[in-house]
Parts: sequence; structure tokens; C-alpha cells
Amino acid sequence: MKTTDISAPDYFHKVVDCQWACPAHTPVPEYIRLIAAGRYSDAYMVNWHSNVFPGILGRTCDRPCEPACRRGRVEKEPVAICRLKRVAADFKDDIRSRLPKPAAQKNGKRIALVGGGPASLAVARDLAPMGYDCVVFDQDPQSGGMMRTQIPKFRLPESVLDEECQYILNLGIEFIGGKRIDSMKALLAENFDAIFVGCGAPRGRDLDIPGRQEAKEHIHIGIDWLSSVSFGHINSIGKHVVVLGGGNTAMDCCRSSRRLGGEEVKVVVRSGFEEMKASPWEKEDAMHEDIPIFNFLVPKEFTHEDGKLTGVLFEKVKAEYDAKGRRKLIPTGEPDERFPCDDVLVAVGQENAFPWIERDCGIEFDKWDMPKVDPKTMASTHAKVFFGGDAAFGPKNIIWAVAHGHDAAISIDRLCRGEDINVRPPPQVAVSSQKMGIHEWSYDNEITLDKRYRVPHREKILALRDIKAEVELGYDVELALKEADRCLNCDVQTVFTGQLCIECDACVDICPMDCITFTQNGEEADLRSRLQAPAKTLTQDLYVANDLKTGRVMVKDEDVCLHCGLCAERCPTGAWDMQKYLIDMTLAEQACQSKA
Amino acid sequence: MTYVVKPKFHHPELPKNELGYTHRDYEGAVSTLCAGCGHDSITASIIEACFELSVEPHRVAKISGIGCSSKTPTYFLGNSHGFNSVHGRMPSVLTGANLANRDLIYLGVSGDGDSASIGFGQFAHALRRGVNMVYIVENNGVYGLTKGQFSATADRGSKSKRGVTNTDNAIDMVGIALQIGASFVARSFSGDKKQLTPLIKAAIEHQGAAFIDVISPCVAFNNHAGSTKSFDYVREHNEAVNFLDFMSDRMPITVDYAPGTVEMVEQHDGTILALRKLNAEYDVHDREAAMSFLHQYAAKGQIVTGLLYVAQESEDLHGHLNTVETPLNALSAKELCPGSAALEKINASLR
Repeated sequence: MKTTDISAPDYFHKVVDCQWACPAHTPVPEYIRLIAAGRYSDAYMVNWHSNVFPGILGRTCDRPCEPACRRGRVEKEPVAICRLKRVAADFKDDIRSRLPKPAAQKNGKRIALVGGGPASLAVARDLAPMGYDCVVFDQDPQSGGMMRTQIPKFRLPESVLDEECQYILNLGIEFIGGKRIDSMKALLAENFDAIFVGCGAPRGRDLDIPGRQEAKEHIHIGIDWLSSVSFGHINSIGKHVVVLGGGNTAMDCCRSSRRLGGEEVKVVVRSGFEEMKASPWEKEDAMHEDIPIFNFLVPKEFTHEDGKLTGVLFEKVKAEYDAKGRRKLIPTGEPDERFPCDDVLVAVGQENAFPWIERDCGIEFDKWDMPKVDPKTMASTHAKVFFGGDAAFGPKNIIWAVAHGHDAAISIDRLCRGEDINVRPPPQVAVSSQKMGIHEWSYDNEITLDKRYRVPHREKILALRDIKAEVELGYDVELALKEADRCLNCDVQTVFTGQLCIECDACVDICPMDCITFTQNGEEADLRSRLQAPAKTLTQDLYVANDLKTGRVMVKDEDVCLHCGLCAERCPTGAWDMQKYLIDMTLAEQACQSKA
Repeated sequence: MTYVVKPKFHHPELPKNELGYTHRDYEGAVSTLCAGCGHDSITASIIEACFELSVEPHRVAKISGIGCSSKTPTYFLGNSHGFNSVHGRMPSVLTGANLANRDLIYLGVSGDGDSASIGFGQFAHALRRGVNMVYIVENNGVYGLTKGQFSATADRGSKSKRGVTNTDNAIDMVGIALQIGASFVARSFSGDKKQLTPLIKAAIEHQGAAFIDVISPCVAFNNHAGSTKSFDYVREHNEAVNFLDFMSDRMPITVDYAPGTVEMVEQHDGTILALRKLNAEYDVHDREAAMSFLHQYAAKGQIVTGLLYVAQESEDLHGHLNTVETPLNALSAKELCPGSAALEKINASLR
């Protein structure tokens, strides 16, 4: 194998699994250490810099970081990264003085942002302090987009949402609420220097089966219904409710129903339980609220009497997989099953809809009627128009919207400066040895064996009584510190210098995870089979270093390294060192300077 | 000093032996020796050997004297019996224990100070008597605990860390062991576990006095230019005569070797050692030839390693003394005191 180039920023970035998996590349171990040190405000600012909405994401993020967490490969469950983010937000001091100030001098460039959700707000946050005039348009009177209209208050209190949206709007951004943009041509005619489209995926998919029209009064589209609940237009539902769909929207629908009078609420899903799109913890929370989930049932008909919905009829199916591994739902032939109910909530997916973008205005659409968007620059085929969030590639989640926002902000800034938007700024990397003494490191390298701590919940009876009562109470300080201690500090890297090594094997002998091997070099597949312990996780790199006197190579399997630093502690020559690799994605310029 | 406890987590794919243990289960406390000490590698080799042999930890007695080397039994086999004895007295304590209970595996761990100076006599007599044991000398050529004076195994002409030349002759422990009748004699290097671990396994299976001299560089006081026990010197002057692929009788021999390159050596208990010959002329059963071979190579400054001698037929102390099969400590009062009639008979035989 070729020796590893550890100076390439991506190499050590990949070792920090959580950060690598985060679309916004939040430096997770760094903020967890700050939490452990009781520096909640600092932890918050690290987050705010990367992901813009720490308090919101700390409650609602889809957490791509957690399945990636190394701890999950070492023991059963990953570190509760998401809920620790909330800890930073919950326990921080007033951080307003640390936020960037509105630009003292505008740079004369005007940016229009369509939609006031996370993507647009992220773009505005990055650009406004640099002097850009940002104008945000939203059909709703308040900012926040789907974070406000679709996420129930019992998961995300309004105060948290308001606070973090306000941090951004306070940067001198013009928010025009209640104004729906209905012509791209007209918007283009207003001569903005750039236009960012972050209007989400606002159309809930309908279910066109018999009875839909006849019983329409009691059949609601999930996201529209949630939005009406959010704005207080709806505050009750029938006693018996069937929710169709297996995604997070379905989970929010059923749990909201339970709080608005739904006594018997069922979720019915076409697919199996495991394949449901909803996050496992959201399914868990729904079931905890006495909401059963029925699987492998395909809705066939809405039954009705005298124009009133009486129930839903389902066909029973089973999953079969063809040679290519594609799933097919095959009727089992058993008799259909009918669930009587008063109301149905349809949450079977949502779509993008751009009726307001004239197809001849210079923005090309693909065969799925989605705009053609460059995933790196977020640029459309129109030089001045950028997309982000759900509007760009269909429904994802908030953290992706933020990541898109950062990328679009860089593109818009470069466009306005007349630079090539395809040239992207490299990430900022800071390296520092953590050695303080023979056995002392400036990070806590003692590995706790503690299992993941559960976040305390509000008592069920109380939680179901009030749709605004937040269910999760968040970690208290004691739990937060214990959970933070579970982090393995994967950003404190094991750095090896071959010239210093005397090949005494001390590191090999002490390594608790059998990560390190000194051996003859070979092809990767061959090397992986010859190590101290088998290296079967192919997505995890082998760190190969040479310059050894015997001509052998040092091979370290990064897979389950605990970053405990024992290799460096037992190394007599300092050939191993523990170095903190802070990797920060470069944002549009000014936002970087405002970093805490 | 703050030492981190070695985390209990282990690699999820770690192999298990017949007893269901991983090699981590054969560890002891974390080493307090200097970082990089060769002794820690020997500890790792002992752990690996016991793991691979599926040794039950409660069947092992690890006995040592005084010195850096003699601290190491704390760092392996945390669930075995142990006795940290007086300086140089490991062999006599071990002999006593072995006489009392012949059923245990005896690991005697010592150093060049413990065995070539203060305990030189003990070392010689334990081997001479054929005590069934593994006698490991962790040989670094210096007194590490007292900061680097030459030990009795330091080669004449080698230099101390401060540049002083050693003017005394060295004791070659392997030479002595061969001369006084050890039935298994090997030498290895802490920096070469591939060679050392099979040797330890074979020594454990060997019935009789098995002696292994392990050159183990002292990183703090004897790993400089001018030392003949440094990592670099040993690597450059290592003359391995063979390489041992240990095989027990339980495993069929499936490896194909080119004819003439491998010798199958059957041990007393039926285990088979596959010796890969690196030096075609070297005869592992010829004690005298081995001694002269060692002398020739020592004169050239070469360090001969590998399995140097194994007796065709070995017998241990219990065999010499004709003791009963039952360990002495398991004999009951009835067996130990057969009554006045039996005493009368013995007395009569002596008249």
C-alpha cells in the first residue's frame, strides 16, 4: 500500500467519523469537550458557527453523526451527540454579544432569498455580516419555514425557534413575511445580484384511492394539517385517527393527534417496520405514547357513509426481493383489513413544486421536474439563481439545508466578487500536540465504560395534555457530563513519525484494541488480513507509515481506535504523538472571522 | 504520574481460544516499566503463548525474584498464582513449589542480575536438577533499576551509556544452560515475537528444564551505540538458526514444506515441533555441537537465536526422585502416614 498522506485534510477528517458524517461538518468532539469543561457558551458558538441552529438541531436533527460514531463500533450505542448539542444550547449564557454585528457598511449587493426556512436563513447568516443586503420572502408571517410549520411544539418549543431565527434576523436582514413569490421572472426583473431558492418541498403527496373525494372532509394532508395545527387554525381531531405513512411527518401527525383529542391513534405503513423512513427514536417515542404501528398494509379504499368517513380498508402484503435486491410488495391473499376511524392523516411523502418558476426563465429542470442543481456550488443553470434545502434535491432534513446554505453563500459571495464559483475554499486545519507531560495529555484520555444515558422525558399524562409541552426535558448537568465523557475524542489523532521509531513494539503491546501492526508492506486486501486483529471495516482507512529501520511498515487500522493515547504514552521516543486535528469548513469569509 | 487504566474494551473481532478467552483475558496489571522496555514485549509474548495454548490461568504459577524483569509477572496472567521471591531465589522457591504440586505449569521469570549474579548458583542448580519449568531470563545486560551499571551478561568491550568500556568477561547463560544439562535451550529477542512466542509455547509443553535467554533491550540505559544489547545491534547481529512453527499433537500437520527445510521434533508428551531450518548444518539434538557453534559465532560478534537444543529424551526432577503421580500437596494423612506396621517394615529393611 502507498503510505498515508496525513497532511491531506480529508484523511484525519474521516477519522472523526461524526464530523465527517455531518453535512455541515460540525466539530463534534471539540464541542463535547467544551461541554465537559462546563463551557456551554463556547460549545454553543462552535455549533452556531457550523450548523447555525444548535438549539433547534439539538432537538430535531436527523443525526447522521450518531450511526457514524466510533463508539457504536466499540460498544452497543453511539454517544448522544444530538442531545449534547441541546445541552450546549440549554445551559449557555447570553451569547448575543458574541454574535456577528450587522455590517457597518453595506457592500451594495442585494440578495433575494425565497422561503424563510433553515436554508435561506443559513445563507443570510453567512452573507449579511459581510455587507450583503439580504431580503427574505416567506408566505408565512414568521420565519423558520418547516421548522415552524411542520415540527410540533412538543418537540421544538417556539421560544427556541424564535431565539435562533432572531439571532439571524438581527444581523440586518430584511424579512418580508406573508409574501408569496409567484413569479421567478418578476423576481429576476427586480435586479437582485443573486437569488437563493430555499422554499422547501411544500406539497404533501395525496392518496388517490376510492372514497378520497367523498370523504375528503375528514382526510387531511399531513404537512398541511401540521402547519394548521402550528398556527392554531386546528385544535381538535376525532377520537379515532388513522395516520398513513411511515416517515417522521407521520410520527409528528400521530403524536399531535394524541394531544388534540385522538384517543385511539394508529399508524399504518405499507412497508415493514425496519424499512420505515422515520428515525428509530421517533418511532419509539410514538409507541411510547400508546400509538401502535401496523406494517405491510397498503391502503385500498376510504370507506364512508353519507359523505362521512368511516374507516380505511387495507390490503395485506409481504415483501419480496428480486435478484437485484429490489423490494416488491406482494399481496398475501389474506382478507383485507379495515380500520374504522373518524379522521385520516395522509403523510405518505412530500414533493417539490415550482409552479412559480417559469420554465423559460433560464432555469433548467430535469426529467423529474426538479431544477438542475450543482451539488457542490448549489448553482442552477441560471447564473444568478441558487437552490438549497429541500428545494434543491427533495426532502432531506435541517442539517442538510444548513450545509447547502453555507455552500450557496460561498458561491453567491464569489459570484458577486466576480470569481469562479467552482473554486472552493479549502478547509481550515489546526494541528496541535496534546502532550503535556510523560503521562499527561490536555484531553481526558481515560475511557469510560458507561452505556448511553437516556434523556429524561416529561411524564406521559402531562405531556399528552398540552401540545406545547416539550416531551424531552433534556439532560441535566450531571447526565450531560456523564454522557460527554463517553466521547472518544476521535479528533485527537494518533500521529506516527517513522524516523523516530525504534520498533520496540511497546505500542503494539499496549493498544487495547489491537489496532497497530508492524509488518511487511503489501496490497491493501492482503495487509488487512495480516494485522493484529482483522480489519474488516473497509470504509475505515489503514494508516500506513514507513521510514522504519527494518524496512517494515507501521499499519494502524483506524476502525476501533479509542484515541486513548496509550500508544503515545508507552512510546519511548515520541514516534507516536496525540495531536488534535481541528478541521473547520471555510464559510463565506466574514462568518469565519466571527468564529468564537 | 497519572497512568490511564488500559480500557476494558477490546476489538470486536478478537479471536477466542478453546476456553472462550481472548488474549486480553491473559493480561495482568498495566506495566510500570519504562516506556519501550523490551520486557513488556516478552510479557506480550507470554500472554500470546498462553492464549494460543488455551492454558487455564489457574494452572499456572509464575515465580520471580527481584529486578525489572521480576516485576513483569504482575503484568501478565492476572488470574494465575504468583510468588515474587527474594533476589536470586526464584529457582529454589519454584523448585519447592514444583515438588509440592507437580500439576501446575511453572513460569520462572528472572533477569540477568537475578540469575547471572546474585542467583547464579540457584540458576545452575535448578537446571541441573531438571525441574520441570520454563526459565525465562529477560537479559538486558545492565542493572536497570540502579540506573545502568554493567551486569554479568554485558559483553566485554561493550560500552555503557556514559561511554565506559566493560572490561569483565560476560557470562553466556545459554552456554551454561547447555553445559549443566537443561533439556530445552533457546535464545530469542524481545523485538521478534514471531520467533519468541512459539519458543515459549514449546517450552511450556516441554517436560523438563526449559531455558530461554531473551535479549531484551533496556531502552533507558542500554540502547545506545556501543551496546551489544540494543535494538539495532541485536537486529544487525542476529543469527537465527531455525524458526519454530509450534504444533501440538491435537492439530494435524497440514503445511507443506519443501523437503529438507523442516524438521519435525516430537517432544516427550507427544507434541510436535515443526522446526524450519535456517542453517542447514545446525543439529538441534547435538549438545556439544551446539556449544561449539555458539562459541564460534560469539567470537564473530554474532548472536545465535532460535531453538538451540532439545533433548531427545527428557526426564524431570520428579522422574529422578521417583515421586508419586499425585501431587504431594494432594496426599492425605492416610497416605502420608501409613501406620506403625509400615514403619516397622521400613525400619527392618534398614537393619
